[in-house]
Amino acid sequence: MTAMRMRSPLGRAVGLGSAKEGVEHWWLQRITAVALVPLSLWFVIAIIRLVGADVDSVRDWVGNPLPAILLVLLLIATFYHASLGLQVVIEDYVHAELAKLGLVIIVRLACFALAVAGIFAVLGMAMGMSS
Amino acid sequence: MRSADRPLSPHLQIYRWQLTSVLSILHRAAGVALTAGAILLVWWLVAAASGPEAYDGVADFLGSWFGILLLFGWTLSLFYHLCNGIRHLVWDTGHGLDLRSTYVGGWLVVGGTGVLTLIAWIAGISSWAS
Repeated sequence: MTAMRMRSPLGRAVGLGSAKEGVEHWWLQRITAVALVPLSLWFVIAIIRLVGADVDSVRDWVGNPLPAILLVLLLIATFYHASLGLQVVIEDYVHAELAKLGLVIIVRLACFALAVAGIFAVLGMAMGMSS
Repeated sequence: MRSADRPLSPHLQIYRWQLTSVLSILHRAAGVALTAGAILLVWWLVAAASGPEAYDGVADFLGSWFGILLLFGWTLSLFYHLCNGIRHLVWDTGHGLDLRSTYVGGWLVVGGTGVLTLIAWIAGISSWAS
């Protein structure tokens, strides 16, 4: 407990310090990165095979379980990874406190909404609910 | 001198660029570009789920010169961020952090990005032509 004794009485009373959550951001960025290596390679190959496809071929393709599952995983990993990465970019370059907080919140919410929209579209096509 | 007047680091007018710092900032730029690409992906999926008219609108846009430019930028950003991301994951294990390895790895990333982008576009164009 040497570290505790180094702090001023006021510092100890206020009790501010590390929230002990710093590693979570770093760790989740790595986990999503590892997931995105095979997912993005699969996605590029899949898209190349769909060049020039009409809407029915795209729906047929998403109608198979494997592409549907992989697309949902890709959307989750992509937008999670994007929200973590963009947050770091904002924190590094935006120094006005209010603008920084506002942008981080907007990015988080937008990434969540985009992921939900993408997943909803995939599930709709996979279950044949599209018009 | 007020703090706002002080020169910022790096002082860009006299800064000597190196491969390592250029690749570092490009990793960020590519990441931001890929977010735009991900929005494009969601737009494409939602359009395909919505119906033929919506889907044809997206397909026409992606087939225009601007759409093809976007897709090319997306491919380049994706392969760059992927290759350099793997370089970052290797660093996270504590390996390849000496000066020589950062340059060897950096040039490998540049070469890998070029080769993968070229392969993807050759495959894409032949898939489109068939």
